[in-house]
Amino acid sequence: MRTDQYQGHDYYLMDELLTDEHKLIRDAAREWVKKEVSPIIEEAAENCKFPQHLIPGLASIGAFGPYIPEEYGGAGLDQIAYGLIMQELERCDSGLRSTASVQSSLVMYPIWKYGSEEQRMKFLPKLASGEWIGCFGLTEPDHGSNPGGMTTNFKDMGDHYLLNGAKMWISNAPFAQVAVVWAKNEEGRIHGIIVERGMEGFTTPTMHGKWSLRASDTGELIFDNVKVPKENLLPGRSGLGGPLSCLDSARYGIAWGAIGAALDCYDVALRYSQERMQFNKPIGAFQLQQKKLAEMITEITKAQLLTLRLGQLRNEGRATSSMISMAKRNNVDMAKTVASNARQMLGGMGITGEYPIMRHMMNLESVITYEGTHDIHLLITGMDVTGFDAFK
Amino acid sequence: MKILVCVSKAPDTTSKIAFTNNNSSFDETGVNFIVNPYDEWYALVRALELKEAQGGNVTVLSVGGLDYEQIIRKALAIGADDAVRIDAPESDALSVSTHIANYAKDKGFDLILCGKETINYNGSVVPGMVAELLDLPLVALAAKLDVAEGVATCEREVTGGMEVLEVNLPAVISAAKGMAEQRIPNMRGIMAARTKALEVVSVENTTATTSVSNYELPPAKSACKFVDPANAAELITLLHQEAKVI
Ligand SMILES: Cc1cc2nc3c(=O)[nH]c(=O)nc-3n(C[C@H](O)[C@H](O)[C@H](O)COP(=O)(O)OP(=O)(O)OC[C@H]3O[C@@H](n4cnc5c(N)ncnc54)[C@H](O)[C@@H]3O)c2cc1C
Repeated sequence: MRTDQYQGHDYYLMDELLTDEHKLIRDAAREWVKKEVSPIIEEAAENCKFPQHLIPGLASIGAFGPYIPEEYGGAGLDQIAYGLIMQELERCDSGLRSTASVQSSLVMYPIWKYGSEEQRMKFLPKLASGEWIGCFGLTEPDHGSNPGGMTTNFKDMGDHYLLNGAKMWISNAPFAQVAVVWAKNEEGRIHGIIVERGMEGFTTPTMHGKWSLRASDTGELIFDNVKVPKENLLPGRSGLGGPLSCLDSARYGIAWGAIGAALDCYDVALRYSQERMQFNKPIGAFQLQQKKLAEMITEITKAQLLTLRLGQLRNEGRATSSMISMAKRNNVDMAKTVASNARQMLGGMGITGEYPIMRHMMNLESVITYEGTHDIHLLITGMDVTGFDAFK
Repeated sequence: MKILVCVSKAPDTTSKIAFTNNNSSFDETGVNFIVNPYDEWYALVRALELKEAQGGNVTVLSVGGLDYEQIIRKALAIGADDAVRIDAPESDALSVSTHIANYAKDKGFDLILCGKETINYNGSVVPGMVAELLDLPLVALAAKLDVAEGVATCEREVTGGMEVLEVNLPAVISAAKGMAEQRIPNMRGIMAARTKALEVVSVENTTATTSVSNYELPPAKSACKFVDPANAAELITLLHQEAKVI
């Protein structure tokens, strides 16, 4: 891939709404990504392997649980800082962001919110420092959009729980030390259980053949009579609301991340349009190409405003799940459209790995599917505004 | 070792450059300011390396208004121990140098480090003026710096090779590319910067000795002319009569 010349785009001067610390955090993440990730990301995607050597660096820029309080190893930052870090990571690659959002929102968040004090002290500092990587097991082979139908289950054996079942499509699974797994007890109630690598009967086979999110490792979680100590059950919450609240946090980060992917595609296409000459003119001088660029920056700017406002509401504890659904759905779809138009603007060059656009396009197919598909988020908004549940 | 690092701000290299007030001032609207790279990447980082190896304290100093605090926080996040902002306009090099010298004169710094120039004005004179005002030796454009037993050894590029200089401390040294490698602030550093001391010093205004009458942008690049390879005569005529280079 060529040198990463990315620069941010801030059409409505939104930086003025950020604090100096927000900008410092964002710019540090951007500089780190340019120095450490951009030169190797294309190769990682080609090899279909998450570059694990980046883990300490991700921890050092605060990508693992930045909003977790300092006493548990986090940075105690607000939601906007978290969003900005996710934006900068996904600006480079959605897979890189996925690793960080799973760790932050789907592993550290439930342990922080629903874990016991012992669980917090045992897991959070090691997850914040990247010494341990976690994964989140909700989706099953037969239960994706409908996780409430899950069949993974555990039985109380007196001094331990016995866990059985299987999860699939699990990001980070192949190399994670810790898995936050959602399973039903004997009464059919959903609970979160922390499963650790090395427990007998627990395996994490890698899933192969992805054409998307290739720089992130995806796998299965298989539980064959796994004995889980009782102290690994998250005591603070039961029912589907537990995993759904984690998804709220992750989806919020994805809303920011998608803006990052869109910004990168726009930035590359804009620069290319000024340099590429056809018919003795830069292609950016043709109205058809200007239409694409003008619409891209308009949609990006709208998404930036929507998402910053969502961040403010989240800071105040006033963002609803439906508001988050709207932002995740809107922004990922926006990024997909931007990527597709940007790719066309690069002509044949847009097809190669020399530019990042095709990789973003492929990645966004996963992003529009995981953490609630595009359709499911529409149904959430539909239910919220009409009061009718159209899921079943 | 007590080290003072002077840091200035500069517009991000991607900024659109425009002027206001009849082209007599730089238009800062929408411009993103960064720490001047020579100050940040080389002077500050080398100061931190010396402190980490030998102990001591690194203070960063800026002359400028409130908008400078963002730059100073970054320097603190990278690892400086404390900071000073001299609350005065950056009128010209002599007034900035006078403020720096007045502040530093009785503080007992062993080393005053600056970048070799700012990337916007490229004046390169502040380090020399500070040294003169404090009556200290100056090594300008050092690409390498080591300190042992009160003596700084500097290397700097000369035509066709390197020059090695020794200077007794205290001294003023300006840093060129090569003195250190950029450090990206990490989250721990950003958090620590929240509570580090930033002293704001109010001063009597020094009057500048120079003022800008107006700025001009360089002439726009004219479009390339393509000459058919078979037409060498036309190329020669163009080089001779239009470009006037032969
Ligand atoms: C790369 C990748 C990484 C992932 N990482 C994780 C992870 O870390 N942890 C985890 O738990 N999961 C993960 N997932 C799983 C992801 O969340 C699911 O794929 C997603 O929820 C969709 O489930 P499904 O694939 O079973 O599709 P299905 O639920 O079978 O959906 C198929 C189609 O039917 C539509 N549909 C479903 N129900 C309805 C309805 N009621 N009304 C209208 N349309 C409907 C959907 O919108 C979709 O278009 C990951 C997926 C991918 C691709």
